Amino acid sequence: MAKISLGKGINMGLRAAMEADPKVVVMGEDIGKLGGVFRVTEGLQKDFGEDRVIDTPLAESGIIGTAVGLALRGYRPVCEIQFDGFVFPAYDQIINQVAKMHYRSLGKIKMPVVIRIPFGGGIGAVEHHSESPESLFAHVAGLKVVSCGDPVDAYWMIQQAIASDDPVVFFEPKRRYHEKAELDESVPPALPLHQSKVIREGTDATLFCWGPMVKTCVQAAEAAVEDGRQLEVVDLRTISPLDLPAIFASVKKTRRAVVVHEAPFTLGPGAELAARITEECFYHLEAPVLRVAGFDMPYPPSRMEEEYLPDLDRVLDVVDRVMEY
Amino acid sequence: MSESVPGTVPEVFAPHEAPVSPPQASEEVEFVQLLTPEGERVKHPDYSFDLDDEAIKGFYRDMVLVRRIDTEATALQRQGELGIWASLLGQEAAQIGSGRALNSKDMVFPTYREHGVAFCQGVDPLRLLGLFRGVDQGAWDPRDNNFHLYTIVIGAQTLHATGYAMGQQRDHAIGDAENGEATIAYFGDGASSQGDVNEAFIWASVFNAPVVFFCQNNQWAISEPIDRQTRIPLYQRAAGFGFPGVRVDGNDVLATYAVSQQALKRAREGSGPTLVEAYTYRMGAHTTSDDPTKYRLNEDLEHWKLKDPIARVRAYLTRSAGVDAEWFDQIDADADKIAAELRAGCLSMPDPSLTDFFDHVYVEQTAQLAEQKQQYAAYAASFEGEGH
Repeated sequence: MAKISLGKGINMGLRAAMEADPKVVVMGEDIGKLGGVFRVTEGLQKDFGEDRVIDTPLAESGIIGTAVGLALRGYRPVCEIQFDGFVFPAYDQIINQVAKMHYRSLGKIKMPVVIRIPFGGGIGAVEHHSESPESLFAHVAGLKVVSCGDPVDAYWMIQQAIASDDPVVFFEPKRRYHEKAELDESVPPALPLHQSKVIREGTDATLFCWGPMVKTCVQAAEAAVEDGRQLEVVDLRTISPLDLPAIFASVKKTRRAVVVHEAPFTLGPGAELAARITEECFYHLEAPVLRVAGFDMPYPPSRMEEEYLPDLDRVLDVVDRVMEY
Repeated sequence: MSESVPGTVPEVFAPHEAPVSPPQASEEVEFVQLLTPEGERVKHPDYSFDLDDEAIKGFYRDMVLVRRIDTEATALQRQGELGIWASLLGQEAAQIGSGRALNSKDMVFPTYREHGVAFCQGVDPLRLLGLFRGVDQGAWDPRDNNFHLYTIVIGAQTLHATGYAMGQQRDHAIGDAENGEATIAYFGDGASSQGDVNEAFIWASVFNAPVVFFCQNNQWAISEPIDRQTRIPLYQRAAGFGFPGVRVDGNDVLATYAVSQQALKRAREGSGPTLVEAYTYRMGAHTTSDDPTKYRLNEDLEHWKLKDPIARVRAYLTRSAGVDAEWFDQIDADADKIAAELRAGCLSMPDPSLTDFFDHVYVEQTAQLAEQKQQYAAYAASFEGEGH
């Protein structure tokens, strides 16, 4: 069994999807010979040709807009947006066209488009390269939004996203691209795309997280053991739709919930989780749902990003608050 | 040409100091014309109309029917049966000429004003009204008539068309001028300023996609005249993107047919995109919500009335093809019949149910949305039996 990185997991998943279905095409900037700025598409153009691994002009609206046309023609485009902050020129096409096509056609048109976005901070990048815009997509009816937190999920979830007949915004935790885990491709995926998973069982409080914060939360849970606390860690995996049964089940068990995300605090995904948990688990809760999040400011210059980003200590600090309530 | 050309524009100038060229009188406009406003056939060195008078009679009939449908829709809006209507009045020749040049396998990406092209493709006019009556968002199946849904965000569809054309390439559906496939993207002079249109030009150019960009320059983007969108004739922009551009008299159905056909053939045989600028005029308001008397002169309208796309064909058919008044009367009667059917169909459209719309957001319904649907249905049901 081979140990693979998260980036390699997506690469292998893309390859598997392209082998399984000739209608799958991959498109984006620098994804051909270069293999993408993160090398996630490395080797694909060599093996599948320039018609299926398309180096596009540098215009994001064009990437998504032409993907819409390809999807209308029966293709299953997988679009790479090079960095989170670069998705916004394509926002119109995503929101007005991709998300609404099935609805406005009363189900006659499907949009099996995957939009891959490396997201989040922690890599010392210049501005527009470290953002977490999940809420801006999860708020839009017609889109589905997921994020993988480990290499095995990366491998399977990208294939499941490509197989989805609904458009999927696929957030990849760029600072975890090099995290490694063992992948046995012969073992089928444990979960469908839109289910969450308990990474670590616990009894005292639940940490809800996804993408880059999964590792942070697992580390926090390990550290909390020293304080005599058993924290449950749930990797949401799916942000839209939320896997509410899994979320509620965990909260009803631990009676305390903390949501951890890099995205800014106000109206981040944590707000929706808090509202849902409060409504469904009100009589189970020992404390209000608390959040650890990025601050309500644009992503800072990178020399300050370690202060900006939720880390083990900030998570544990909020765990203290939720436990002491 | 009276326009400024690159190089003559000072490099730095305040916008208000820019030499603004007045809207061109169409006499000065160079374009491909095969039938004059007076109904005279004229020759052009690069384009010819190869069909017979029966075909021209067909085009005449199409244009009259489409204008009648349009007039009826405007009336329905005035009577409160449609929320809004975007009239194609004056653009019949641009739409029928290009629409009739399409082969059965070609694909159309319209704006929200392509009622004439929809007619050519066999889309039931009643389906067009659904969007404007507010019972659906269009919702015809684009595959039934190779006619995509109306697109309201201007220019967005030019990228869809280009992507679709790239799909035709990948399906090896091009390479033959007759049996190959092409895609045509409609847009207007206003949309030519959109980033999406310019990106579509780039994509189509570098991928050599089989797409025809058919711009109906009707001189007005709601209240903004063409000189707010461009300082050079729109068709000349194609050169900068690396493919041919041609300007055609958009009120001459013979010319729009001939020019479109050549551009489509070029696309089908794999020679790449063409920009066609159909030079025409929006005779009506932008939509029924608009008031063009606030921003344009009545004398412009009167001027363009003399260039009416239908009148010139009637003049030709009467004078040169021996068509009698009885034939024209029959077309008018047919048009009235279609309009009456359209009206009846519009009034009998069933009201939509919000409950049904929950099911169309996703292919695979989400549990949350299913729950919202259930809650809403129960809430709505709680009012049953109560009067409004």
